[in-house]
This record gives sequence, structure tokens and C-alpha cells, in this order.
Amino acid sequence: MPGPPALPLRRFVVTVIMAAIAASAVAAEIPRAERRSGYDLMGRETRAMQDDDTANPGMLFVLDGESLWKKKTGAVKGVAARYPAFDAREGRPIDLEQRINRCRVDRQQAPALAWESRDLLALTAYVARQSRGLPIDVTIDARTQPFLDAGRAAFHRRQGQINLSCSQCHDDLWGRKLAGSVIPQAHPTGYPIYRLEWQSLGSLQRRLRNCLIGTRAEAYEFGAPELVDLELYLMWRAQGMKLESPGVRP
Amino acid sequence: MASALINVPERARRGEIIEIKTLVSHPMETGYRRTQLGATIPRDIIRSFVCTYNGAEIFRAELHPAIAANPFITFTTVATESGTLTFQWTGDNGFSVTQSATITVG
Ligand code: HEC
Repeated sequence: MPGPPALPLRRFVVTVIMAAIAASAVAAEIPRAERRSGYDLMGRETRAMQDDDTANPGMLFVLDGESLWKKKTGAVKGVAARYPAFDAREGRPIDLEQRINRCRVDRQQAPALAWESRDLLALTAYVARQSRGLPIDVTIDARTQPFLDAGRAAFHRRQGQINLSCSQCHDDLWGRKLAGSVIPQAHPTGYPIYRLEWQSLGSLQRRLRNCLIGTRAEAYEFGAPELVDLELYLMWRAQGMKLESPGVRP
Repeated sequence: MASALINVPERARRGEIIEIKTLVSHPMETGYRRTQLGATIPRDIIRSFVCTYNGAEIFRAELHPAIAANPFITFTTVATESGTLTFQWTGDNGFSVTQSATITVG
């Protein structure tokens, strides 16, 4: 299968111009009252697709996930809202996909599923769907704090050939446009998302890798601790916002 | 594996115009894309969609390579009588999915 497409080239041209505009700005965090899900910044048609479960293609994956899920205990309600969460064995936070794979390997003696495979996406969508409407609620304590700090530092660090930080786009320039796309605040409220550009469901890590490639940085491999730290920071930054999984995004 | 999602109102008044929505799982591979090594990715699309209402065809569509993955097809019909609506998608590589829904018209 061909890999996920990178952002189109013309966007980089705009990016460079924006980099100049944002050159010396120090990003401030978005005040709580001004936080907006990517959903609120989408067009009417895309929102309509997400709102109607029979028009949202992400639901096809949820149904697949349901049939893959052997015991229907219903005990997974709220779980997605709490990940990444600290894992004693790893000694660090793991994300929802890693948790699902851990359960498969340890409890079901089944092989781990590949990142972005249909089955892993389907299971993640099925679990995340059961947290729809619930507020994001990750636990920050002495064990997770260092990873949150690492994620925050990564979010504010300029990187890539274009030398941009995530924060320059997502804290300072949200609501403005990058070529045809509205820059969202980067809240991980809808994951896994059905992204129209991908013509498929994709994970938060896939989205983060896309943005890293957009800055022309070398993207971390799927499952890399750096990506999980970023996920943790993004979830913390969106603490209290409601999950919409499976979201639809342009 | 779940392959289709359909939304038909459970009941309707006789003569009422009802909206039907369908979503089917399919990659709709165009046949024009190539792998990173240059090999053509073979076409794999749904070619036809047919809906019957108590056996009579009420809607048909031909699909083409430019249609998005997981096609969403929605249309309206007049609720004439209680019964079954059957939906069938067929395409390349022997693809065939059939699903049905019942409606009570009173
Ligand atoms: C040059 C500007 C830019 C930079 C730098 C950037 N992004 Fe993005 N990001 C975007 C745009 C534009 C989108 C929306 C794309 C679309 O709508 O297709 C986006 C989307 C996202 C989303 C999805 C939000 C949603 O609603 O689903 C997340 C999460 C995200 N970015 C995180 C990051 C992280 C983390 C970094 C740093 C590694 C980063 N971005 C760097 C422009 C940027």
C-alpha cells in the first residue's frame, strides 16, 4: 500500500511565508475559553458527515471493531478519554493503540497488530466510540509529568527544514489558513479520524507524522516514545474537551 | 466484517417521501495510482448499486473510478407499502454485498 501522502507542495510555500510572519513570536497557550475542536472550524458539509452516524465512514470501522471485539463487556466506556496512560511495565505512558496491542499479546496470545492496519484502527475506533461525549481526562502525576513536559517541549520546539514549531501554527495562527486548509488548534478530540484526504481512518500518530513531514522534519516512527509524549501533551492541553470519535476531518 | 450501513425510516405514512442513506466499505482503488516502485495498483471499484423495494427496482447507480472510497449514496423514494428494501453493491474482483431493511407503511 502506498504510504500516507504528505501535504501538497504548495502548502510549504505558504508555510515559509508564515514562518517569516511568525518569526519572533513566542506562542502563548490558548485560554481555556477559546479552545475549539477541529470540528468547530470545519465546513458545514464535513460537520454534517460527522454528525450523522449513517454518513460518517468512520462508523464502518467502528462496526468492524465491534465484530473483532470478542467479549462485549462494555467495560471500555471512558477508556479512550484517559489515554495515553502510565504503564508500569514500560515505565512510561502508552497510547490507546499500544494498550489494545498489549491486551492482544498478553491476554489473548494473539500477535500484535501493525500500526495503521485496518484491524487496529477498527478496534481503536470501537473503543474510542464508547467515550464519545465524555471529557478528556488524562492523569498527570509524578510518573507522567516528565513525559508531559517532554511533549510540551516538543510542541514548542522549532524543527524541520522550515524551522517551525507546532505551537506557531496551532497556538498562534489557528483559524487562519494554510493554503486551502484552516489551521485548527490541534486538539485530539476526534481520533481515530476519518480524514477525507486520506480516504480512510487514521490514528493520531499518523496525523502528527503528517504535520512533522509538513515542517520537513524527519517524522518519528509509529510507536516512537516522542510521538506518545506529544499525544499526552495534546490530550492534557485538551483536558475537559469532549471526545467525538470517530471524527471526520478534511 | 461489517460492510454496509443503511438508514431507512422504520415507518412512514403512505405516500410520504422518505430519505434513504447508504454507506459501504470499499477502497475504490482507481487503477490510475502506482506504488512507490512504479507498478500500477490494479483497479478495484464498485461498479453498480441497485435498490429494490419489494422486488421492484427503484434506484440504480453506476460507479466510476473518480468516486470516493466508502461511497455514500443517498436518495429518496415514495413509501407505497410495507415491505423490504434490498440494496446490492457489485464490483471488480467479484465484490458483492447485499443488505436489506424493512419499512412499515401505514
Ligand atoms: C505549518 C503549520 C503547521 C505546523 C507547523 C504544524 N501543523 Fe498540525 N496542522 C496544520 C494544519 C493546516 C492542519 C489541518 C489539516 C487539514 O485540515 O487537512 C493540522 C492538523 C493538526 C492536527 C489535527 C487536529 C484535528 O482537529 O484533528 C493535530 C493534532 C496537529 N496538527 C498537531 C501538530 C503537531 C503536534 C505539530 C508539531 C509536530 C504540528 N501539528 C505542526 C498545520 C500545522
